[in-house]
Amino acid sequence: MAKKRILIAKPGLDGHDRGAKYVARALKDAGYEVIYTGIRQTPEAIVSTAIQEDVDFIGLSLLSGAHNELFPRVVELLDNKGAEDIIVFGGGVIPIDDFDYLKSKGVKAIFTPGAQIKDIIDFIELQN
Amino acid sequence: MSLNEIIAKKFSSWEKNVLEKLLKKFPERQKEFLTASSEKVERLYLPFENEQEKYIRDLGFPGEFPFTRGIQPTMFRGRLWTMRQYAGFGTAEESNQRYKFLLSQGQTGLSIAFDLPTQIGYDSDHPMSEGEVGKVGVAIDSLKDMEILFDGIPLDKVSTSMTINAPASVLLAMYIAVGEKQGVPREKLQGTIQNDILKEYVARGTYIFPPEPSMRLITNIFEYCSGELKNFNTISISGYHIREAGSTAVQEVAFTLSNGIEYVKAAVNAGLDVDSFAGRLSFFFNAHNDLFEEVAKFRAARRIWAKIMRDKFSAKNEKSLLLRFHTQTGGSTLTAQQPDNNIVRVAIQTLAAVLGGTQSLHTNSRDEALALPTEDSVRIALRTQQIVGYESGVTNTVDPLGGSYFVESLTDSIESEAQTYISKIESLGGMISAIEKGFIQKEIQDSAYKYQKDIESNERIVVGVNKFSVEEKPPKGLLRVDPKLRDLQIKKTTEVKKNRNNEKVKKNLSALKVASSDPNANLMPFIVDAVKEYATLGEICSVLRETFGEYKENIVL
Repeated sequence: MAKKRILIAKPGLDGHDRGAKYVARALKDAGYEVIYTGIRQTPEAIVSTAIQEDVDFIGLSLLSGAHNELFPRVVELLDNKGAEDIIVFGGGVIPIDDFDYLKSKGVKAIFTPGAQIKDIIDFIELQN
Repeated sequence: MSLNEIIAKKFSSWEKNVLEKLLKKFPERQKEFLTASSEKVERLYLPFENEQEKYIRDLGFPGEFPFTRGIQPTMFRGRLWTMRQYAGFGTAEESNQRYKFLLSQGQTGLSIAFDLPTQIGYDSDHPMSEGEVGKVGVAIDSLKDMEILFDGIPLDKVSTSMTINAPASVLLAMYIAVGEKQGVPREKLQGTIQNDILKEYVARGTYIFPPEPSMRLITNIFEYCSGELKNFNTISISGYHIREAGSTAVQEVAFTLSNGIEYVKAAVNAGLDVDSFAGRLSFFFNAHNDLFEEVAKFRAARRIWAKIMRDKFSAKNEKSLLLRFHTQTGGSTLTAQQPDNNIVRVAIQTLAAVLGGTQSLHTNSRDEALALPTEDSVRIALRTQQIVGYESGVTNTVDPLGGSYFVESLTDSIESEAQTYISKIESLGGMISAIEKGFIQKEIQDSAYKYQKDIESNERIVVGVNKFSVEEKPPKGLLRVDPKLRDLQIKKTTEVKKNRNNEKVKKNLSALKVASSDPNANLMPFIVDAVKEYATLGEICSVLRETFGEYKENIVL
């Protein structure tokens, strides 16, 4: 089976990229094809990279509190472009109270501080 | 036999007759012991050979070169450090309330957190500002917001630290303008702007312009303030964010001081006399959990900087040699799990900062791995400083850990390892070149990666995360910023734009544009003129973006 392709992306203006870079590198070490966007990406740019790179997953990382606006926007743009098969998950400083809202908007999983890379791998492997 | 020889002899006999026997029966918990930065720690530290000579050379007296023991002769016997909580969220009105609360609780200085659009030079109505307005700090679009922010807070009485980098000149100009409106002369304004762009490229991410024009803006500020704002710290050269991005303690010191070298070089090359600005340089470090390593880090940093300023830049004024620093406890050490445990971590980190001789301190709140802190959490964080300051007794003498075999040895090793990095960076052509090559980013990331791997493999224990964890209910009562705030803020700024003298704004902005293309012009007076007419932060930065262009991230994985 082909290696799964994952885009790790930083939407919004937040510069905290330690977590995103860790996840990108650890997933790469675990054998996935990983692309990292760098910081300050618009949802439009993230979606266009995702389609161009033909990824299976997008992992969004945000610590600034703008997740309720920006995560759903990425899912919405994917839908508009007919790329709804790309699975979106997220991570960062995200209050648990926001999980239901984000999930209702199509974000499949949220990983918060203390999560381990094996949790993310387990999630990826469970998706078909 | 000399005393050193006697100690050496007694030590080897202790190892053989006492230690070895015990280890057979009771082996140690681990094969090796490491600091939080993975430096090896010995079982026992012994007196140095030539103890007295070493004292004279490496320690000396507080307030004297090389300042290992502190920058003032009496340290906290004279006055305690400035207790300064970083705060700001939502609108200027809300933040103004929080500052008044903090001042009423005994805080002694202000520290302004700006939201990300403000930090990156966008007004609240810019498309990139979507979702970010008022989230991690207060939204400032124009002087109007700044007037509200400091309403009822006399700028000649408080000192204000502003975490602002790429647009530091604009926010400083607004601060000057608010001071003027309050009738406070410029030389009475006290405070700090962060104004440290180099660490933004490697760790924090709120850059706008490429390095060269950014360094020019910084040098412009040094020059302007040396004439007009003699009590203002023109820069806060920050290791804090480098550490948060995952560096070790040694890297934090080395990269911060290398950034410092770059700023001094730029100003000297622009023709400034080193002693005209060096006394207003300040620093900002992190305090993590490894108490002794952190104390040693602060002591080593003071010593290295004094030597750099004396030997490399031939500074003559003693003030130019002083590494004055602010400390913040380590955000990345906080856990989302069992958040009350963070109070204990912060207390240890507070102790580290105080024993290390900090000039001011921000203590993080227990709930910051989850959201912005609530008022209750902020109060506990401030009380932690007050308890260390007034109850612990550690403030009663200068540099209480000075002379500890362990701490002195750690101080020496941090100094020497940091020096190795500093030389390496010099050999790469200085900090800007090292950043362009991706060297700094790679070093930080490798440390961050190793640290996280150590946690995931349980080689490093984080209480409540990979050991002693419990099932928890989701925390209640977290602070939330109203998502409607952006509309409110946009409305306010639209109003400002309608009511200002748009002729004058246009004239001032085009004067700034012309000056920005002349590398010999100091842009500060032009920016001050523009903000006074209520030109917005976004408008000013957009003029500078046109001339300077924008920095593109050098992605290193």
